[in-house]
Amino acid sequence: MPKLTIDGTAIEVEAGLTVLQACELAGAEIPRFCYHERLSIASNCRMCLVEMEKSPKPIASCAMPAADGMVIHTDTATVRKARKGVMEFLLINHPLDCPICDQGGECDLQDQAMAYGFDRSRFNENKRAVADKEFGPLIKTVMTRCIHCTRCIRFATEVAGVEELGAIGRGEHMEVVTYVDKMVTSELSGNIIDLCPVGALTSKPYAFAARPWELRETESIDVSDAVGCHIRIDARGREVMRVLPRLCEEINEEWISDKTRFAVDGLRRQRLDRPYLRKEGKLTPVGWPEALAAVGARLTGSAPQRIAAIAGDLADVEAMMALKDLMQALGSPHLDCRQDDAPFDPAARASWLFNTTIAGIEQADACLIIGSNPRWEAPIVNARLRKRFLRGGFKVAALGPKVDLTYGVEWLGASPGTLKDLADGQGFAEVLKAASHPMLILGAGAVARPDGAAVLGLAREIAERCGMVREGWNGFNLLHTAAARVGGLEIGFTPGAGGRDLQRILAAAGAGEMEVVYLLGADEIDMTRLGRAFVVYQGHHGDAGAHRADAILPGAAYTEKDATYVNMEGRPQQTRLAAYPPGEAREDWTIIRALSDAVGRRLPYDNLVQLRRRIHEAYPRLGRLRAIEPAAWQTFGAETAAVTGEPFRSPIENFYMTDPIGRASETMAACTERLLGRRGTGTHG
Amino acid sequence: MLRVEDRVFGNLYGEHDWRLAGARSRGAWDGTKAMLALGRDGIIDEIKKSDLRGRGGAGFPTGLKWSFMPKQPGERPSYLVVNADESEPGTCKDRDILRFDPHLLVEGCLVSGFAMGAHVGYIYIRGEFYNEAANLQVAIDEAYAAGLLGRDACGSGWDFDLYVHRGAGAYICGEETALLESLEGKKGMPRLKPPFPAAVGLYGCPTTVNNVETIAVAPTILRRGASWWSAIGRPKNTGTKIFCISGHVNRPCNVEEEMGIPLKELIERHAGGVRGGWDNLLAVIPGGSSVPLLPRPICDTVLMDFDSLREVKSGLGTAAVIVMDKSTDIVDAIARLSHFYMHESCGQCTPCREGAGWMYRVMKRLVLGHARLGEIDDLCEVSREIEGHTICALGDAAAWPIQGLIRHFRPELERRIAAHESSRPRAAE
Repeated sequence: MPKLTIDGTAIEVEAGLTVLQACELAGAEIPRFCYHERLSIASNCRMCLVEMEKSPKPIASCAMPAADGMVIHTDTATVRKARKGVMEFLLINHPLDCPICDQGGECDLQDQAMAYGFDRSRFNENKRAVADKEFGPLIKTVMTRCIHCTRCIRFATEVAGVEELGAIGRGEHMEVVTYVDKMVTSELSGNIIDLCPVGALTSKPYAFAARPWELRETESIDVSDAVGCHIRIDARGREVMRVLPRLCEEINEEWISDKTRFAVDGLRRQRLDRPYLRKEGKLTPVGWPEALAAVGARLTGSAPQRIAAIAGDLADVEAMMALKDLMQALGSPHLDCRQDDAPFDPAARASWLFNTTIAGIEQADACLIIGSNPRWEAPIVNARLRKRFLRGGFKVAALGPKVDLTYGVEWLGASPGTLKDLADGQGFAEVLKAASHPMLILGAGAVARPDGAAVLGLAREIAERCGMVREGWNGFNLLHTAAARVGGLEIGFTPGAGGRDLQRILAAAGAGEMEVVYLLGADEIDMTRLGRAFVVYQGHHGDAGAHRADAILPGAAYTEKDATYVNMEGRPQQTRLAAYPPGEAREDWTIIRALSDAVGRRLPYDNLVQLRRRIHEAYPRLGRLRAIEPAAWQTFGAETAAVTGEPFRSPIENFYMTDPIGRASETMAACTERLLGRRGTGTHG
Repeated sequence: MLRVEDRVFGNLYGEHDWRLAGARSRGAWDGTKAMLALGRDGIIDEIKKSDLRGRGGAGFPTGLKWSFMPKQPGERPSYLVVNADESEPGTCKDRDILRFDPHLLVEGCLVSGFAMGAHVGYIYIRGEFYNEAANLQVAIDEAYAAGLLGRDACGSGWDFDLYVHRGAGAYICGEETALLESLEGKKGMPRLKPPFPAAVGLYGCPTTVNNVETIAVAPTILRRGASWWSAIGRPKNTGTKIFCISGHVNRPCNVEEEMGIPLKELIERHAGGVRGGWDNLLAVIPGGSSVPLLPRPICDTVLMDFDSLREVKSGLGTAAVIVMDKSTDIVDAIARLSHFYMHESCGQCTPCREGAGWMYRVMKRLVLGHARLGEIDDLCEVSREIEGHTICALGDAAAWPIQGLIRHFRPELERRIAAHESSRPRAAE
């Protein structure tokens, strides 16, 4: 542990820290542009120069390892002069276009110019101008503003794992470009907007939309996948303007996927802002009392055995709890939250959790990926896998269609039959056995198939035989794609005694045995199989479910409610209301609570606190926010002989459009078209 | 003056056979096996005793540098890298070694490679040196054929392979860490130090980067003994040095001379004197374009070695003496050098990337006097904001010529500004 003196204060820091980090610990602020904790050290901006005794020149504190006996001064005439000089150099060719720059108000260069800059210019020459680059539909470039810190290049190369950005040219002619005029194709590309310390890279959809000081910040949780990234929602008035990542070491560090960041414009389009009833074949706007009365009448007029409820991918725990209670009050056991028909048993918790945890990936030393494309299903998890891979000593093999996961993978083909070989200890199983912390990632798509229970069983066998499960380590992981799934399983939003699961609900509906099907934001099921059932759709977007619905009860999107979601690790987290739902739309649990009045079976809670108390009493785990409770290991899955030869496929065909919000988003449509080379379909005509 | 028999480079002018037979007749490859028999420590001690300093410009003690290499072979191999990317304006000493005396370099690679525990050496040669690279390759092939390189080199039991790598023409690749980046196939940008190449160098392995001349003189020092070498020159500035004399002299030349020879003697004896006589001298850049110039009064007495030139706020650099007589537009000359540094800045560090262009543009105006008087001080300050604030020394090299100009020729700058000011048409009062 090196001991050094910083500005006269002796401090002992951990070995391996840089002088800059040591200075921060000692409370001395060091300005910087190129340095970033999660990227490699470039040390090219030279803003962090400090004076070190016995060194003839000032040193770049970001790159100098803290060593025993160093005497550092961070506030001397030399240091101040060096900073002022660097600031001046950065500004001579930087356009003074702050009034029309989207970075204005949250610009590192602006802030540091205030602190270390000079109040006039000595530069009498012409400023440099640089041609803007095409980075794709998400990132706007104004390259004249670039200060060549290379953070974006380092992020793309190191974290995102796509070598698409680089610097060409020398000296003043150095330019950050995409090689051979390609676009940036990473799912994490939006993060370079946050990393850019100036306004060279800004958000294209958000261009000229708002100033940071006009925005109301709300700390919330993302629901575009099952990762549960910590986000900050910036809203102006009733409108969500943008989404930014929040720091969370356990989950997303400080990155978010492009879908999380850019799909929010979908919140403004295709919204259900008032109740509708289908009258003479046409959906007709009605008031809440009429809608609730009509739905209530249907529910009370049908035998309990002929009522079913399906929860979709974005349903929050509160709404699912309320709906489950309502269904119980009505006497129907037919409910299911497994919209993809995966054979999870709510009681076998270990079978549907990401047990290793996302941060736990960093301890693993071998990984088997089964039927999953984590790069699309959970880009943040994939980034963590890559981070682990870059540290070395991490062998990865995968079963499934071959894709570029941004790290070295041994591809074992897409046939589920290989799982049997692995369970028998052949091939990659030997690597897993030899590893000290082996893990496997089972894709949600690998179990959402007719032989899913058998795949689940085989995966369990592999986990057990390769020593993935022991005291203090559980290497069995299920990678969900839906934010609602784990929450639904935690509260048992699954068929009760004698209840039908999704397939049998649909079969019954198709056969005319189901009179009312209640869709809580369920859009990803085959609507044609609902037959002649009266379909109630409660949700926020005019997507597949709303098109089929006979009654629409407009709910709130995740940015518009205080709601609980449980991420794939089993970590309960809460979103916060950042903007009110549009029009007459309401928070989801309140709709169900109002409906319970209409059917004459009033649910015993009148506010969110009471509802949450009910949830926490029944499921205490959900009351411990952000905490993870490890799942007990048990036998799960079906007879393994039943595995078919049907190759594994990822459940996601289009990364940018996996939920109603993404499907309504123009930005996501542009990404689909330009980055995936596909034309939009259906709802975004 | 250096005695003929003390010369290391017997074929500096290409008058004799540069191939193996000719080199052997001049003493190369003589007793190499015995040198290696001294052992690693023996060789390094001898070099340390000789007080040999690096010939690339910085003048770092060579024996000390070699001693930084790991003593015990670890998991990672050690590498010798020879910097033959000679691009400093005014400098052409390595070029003549490469084409006329390549065997001295090849032998030096074996000896120094052995001394630092390297089995592999790379010679990174400037891309424009096509014929030089060809000659060097011939020399290496000859050495392999004669058993002097490769497995059991010279019968010493030491395996040593030597490769030539041609650069692509960037000045910055002559900076040792940028050279390593370039050698690895990356863009030539200097690396951060620490870690130094002796710890983390080529491909992350311990590496020593030395100049061609440094390596080429090493075998002769070992053959003739450290005391012979240290008897030449002045204390701490020992041995012989190739000086490249160019510019306004009657006979521009490369010449091997004793360290510490007076500048005036060097020019008059070897280059036929300044054009139009010593009194016609305006200034001399004593060590390649990177070092501050010296005005005539200093040139009268200064000695050509590392420490003497440092005392007059200049440097020996590569010992490329650029002589300028009174016909020179000194401001334009330095402006040209500024352009060079602007063009060759790698663009990594802010001060050099932005500052080099700024300085050049001010210099361009100063040539014509299109400036305010205060801009001279501004320019000087800008140069000091670059100096020492960058990863590599190119920032310093861009700043020093301008600092030298302002230090010694400020009146000339002021005169031009005043002349321009008075020539401007004025509105009638």
